[in-house]
Amino acid sequence: MSRKVHVQTQINRENVEFLCEPRQSMLEVLRNELDLTGAKEGCNNGNCGACTIIVEGRPVNSCCMLGVEAEGKEIQTIEGVATPEGLHPLQQKFLEHAALQCGICTPGFIMNAKVLLETNPNPTEEEVRFWLAGNLCRCTGYDKIIRAVLDTTETTGVSTNG
Amino acid sequence: MADGNGYKVVGTRPIRHDGVDKVTGRAKYGADLNFPDMLFGKILRSPHAHAKIVSIDVSRALAHPGVKDIVTSKDLPILSENILAEDKVFYKGHAIVGLAAVDVHTAEEALSLIDIEYEVLPAVTDVAKAIREDSVVLHQSLTTNTLGEKTGKPTNISSHVRHQNGDVEAGFAEADVVVERTFTTQTVHQGYIEPITATAKYNPDGELTVWTSTQGAFNVRQQVAGILDCPASKVRVVPLEIGGGFGGKTTVYVAPVAALLAMRTGQIVKVTMTRDEVFEGTGPAPATLIRLKMGATKDGRITAADTDLFYEGGAYPGSAVGAGANCMFAAYKIPNLMIDGFDVVVNKPSSHAYRAPGAPNSSFAAECVIDEICQKLDLDPLEFRMINGAKEGDRNPIGPRHGKIGYLETVEAAQTHDHYQVEVGNGKLRGRGVASGYWGNGAGRSSVNLTVNQDGTIMLLEGSTDIGGTRASIAMQAAEVLGIAAEDVRPAVVDTNSIGETGVTGGSRTTHATGLVAIRAAESVIEQMKEKLADHWEVNLNQVDFADGTFLNSDNQISFKEAARICSPVVGSVTESTTGAGGAFGTHVVDVEVDEDTGKVEVLRYTAVQDVGTAIHPSYAEGQIQGGAVQGIGWALSEEYVYDQKGQMVNASFLDYRMPTSYDTPMVDTVMVEVPNPGHPFGVRGVGEVPLVPPLAAIANAVSRAIGVRMTHLPMNPGSVLKALNKI
Repeated sequence: MSRKVHVQTQINRENVEFLCEPRQSMLEVLRNELDLTGAKEGCNNGNCGACTIIVEGRPVNSCCMLGVEAEGKEIQTIEGVATPEGLHPLQQKFLEHAALQCGICTPGFIMNAKVLLETNPNPTEEEVRFWLAGNLCRCTGYDKIIRAVLDTTETTGVSTNG
Repeated sequence: MADGNGYKVVGTRPIRHDGVDKVTGRAKYGADLNFPDMLFGKILRSPHAHAKIVSIDVSRALAHPGVKDIVTSKDLPILSENILAEDKVFYKGHAIVGLAAVDVHTAEEALSLIDIEYEVLPAVTDVAKAIREDSVVLHQSLTTNTLGEKTGKPTNISSHVRHQNGDVEAGFAEADVVVERTFTTQTVHQGYIEPITATAKYNPDGELTVWTSTQGAFNVRQQVAGILDCPASKVRVVPLEIGGGFGGKTTVYVAPVAALLAMRTGQIVKVTMTRDEVFEGTGPAPATLIRLKMGATKDGRITAADTDLFYEGGAYPGSAVGAGANCMFAAYKIPNLMIDGFDVVVNKPSSHAYRAPGAPNSSFAAECVIDEICQKLDLDPLEFRMINGAKEGDRNPIGPRHGKIGYLETVEAAQTHDHYQVEVGNGKLRGRGVASGYWGNGAGRSSVNLTVNQDGTIMLLEGSTDIGGTRASIAMQAAEVLGIAAEDVRPAVVDTNSIGETGVTGGSRTTHATGLVAIRAAESVIEQMKEKLADHWEVNLNQVDFADGTFLNSDNQISFKEAARICSPVVGSVTESTTGAGGAFGTHVVDVEVDEDTGKVEVLRYTAVQDVGTAIHPSYAEGQIQGGAVQGIGWALSEEYVYDQKGQMVNASFLDYRMPTSYDTPMVDTVMVEVPNPGHPFGVRGVGEVPLVPPLAAIANAVSRAIGVRMTHLPMNPGSVLKALNKI
């Protein structure tokens, strides 16, 4: 076991400090050190997207990022998407469209779709499907997920909720 | 739908009760629990497909700082070879040693310090080779069980079942066209996104707690107690949210090892598989070899079918060949039939249930041969199904008569659908395929406990783990009976100490069986409240009625909610072995385009028709159908366990084992035909399994028609399509 590193970062608008080994992934830090278990481990090698978080405005598979790389970064996880005022429009549309069955992939889809809508507020179905191709869902066949994301663009126009 | 059938809740689309927790990341899944001083377990797995274990030396690993305990099969109170191998390993990934350490990295380091000496044996990973006389034999103790007779000779064929009806030779003599083909299907995985995981705690008083992700908490309790040789009453299994299962989480893999390590160390131990362990160490769906000969008259009537089904059980006997045989021709009237089904062991993981287990494989063969017959007779494939399709009272060719079924209704709905009316398009290699499929569905033991709150809401406790929205579909059935809103019933899946025994969430039984028990519990609540109101109103019990959510007698009329204030506490608790499952059929239509340069198949349009009986929550019924169809697209086109010559799987990752992504798939149009099942008060039929049965053949028929070559091997990936086109 190697010496732990002190990391200062910002997660969901709060300043956070943690200690981690250099070999620990950001996913492991979130889940095991910070008890933020909304990011899921489906494959641990960047193929399923269940661990997607937002780092400096970009979607990142947190299993492929080291915990030490969080130093000085601004990070969002699924736990920070809803506000005291209520759910994010994407979260609401996922519920209305029944865009989840088991729900294990849902946090990753919502995080990745959130970045899509922040960068491309009115994507086509083709663009949504291409953007989300790194997130695997085995339950839904994607149909209702794609509809939920498209419906979010139609109802909220520019979706830039923090 | 709610308007049409007189129901108030059934057929509506409320937000699921567990939804907010799942879109906010707060829902706790199998691997999401952390405890102070928790240990992390890891399992050493065989690098060989077939080998004798000569020796195991764990001394270096045990001396590694941070390692707390190591166990092998010798430490299991009752040997269970697929949990920890004894003296032989039968597949790459076969578990051999379990260990616990202070963190997951230390545990992984320690695995590399375990010294095992193997005597490597030749392996057989192909069912066609495993059935040869000269094949390597896995189990010397296994002798062919040919129709109930042991031969005494070691073999890889573990059992042989037969269905025989009429005279197939006479049937073929009567036929104007006979098609005979041999098909192969590959090993595929359920592909649930959440890896297998279990966390165990053992207290000095002998109480064992297992938190896990499972389709059946009581199954886990029974299996863990059995392997650890302790009373089931001492084992409490807490089912956490489950990240997909599709049949794959109806058994245990790591739970007994976590429990054993927890017992020995006194600490809480969590064991979670990596993705490659999931592929190599859990039970996939069997690969198959199927020969089928079928005949029909020129006016399109099936006269006979004769088939041999060889299913890979994997390392141990137990493939779903029986269910494959039962479902293969269920949609049709076939007067002369012979099915021989064989369960065959090979050096692959022990096969396990995957959505309609056994049926997609056999139906692939049946529905492809039917399509070829239709081509030869120049008959519309849906019209052919109208001629031969089964209705109420007809026999499934293997024997039993169908009850009320909706097969022909699915075919009619496909015929009249816009998709089937428009041309598939031209100019490129395009084709349209259709296929049907059947699953018998299940019933069985379920338990529900309803508590009436003073405010007229209901707490619903159930033993069925919720894999895709059954909290909602069961709460809605209780709400319908009680005359209250779906949101007024608060469902919770509870642990094995808190509810009566309940079977697995599988076989498409849960909305039927647990729903039926919820209805019974709600009826019990109504009866108890009527008794209390009779006392309260000082009238005879038979003077109190309940209708449309209202309790009434000649002088009083109050809502369920008002009655709750007067009557609570009221608890309705029912545990019952239910019956009355209704079999269900689906018919799928798919259009594909084949790229003649690359061999890539693109699915252009997909329509799935299914008899769902009555859809309780139509969105989640549609979701089952869409999800099953897309798993079928993966099975047909891209998914496959690829083995090298030594029997090593070479693609055990989500990058190389290609499940469909959102970019590979179209929207899946669903048409729900509702022919109510008389075995359920609201007419529920199981929905989940059926949609994986038709896609393999529907897509193969589409590709075959597109390229003019009959496709008989899965997956139809670019390489195999180019081969069919004689381009490589």
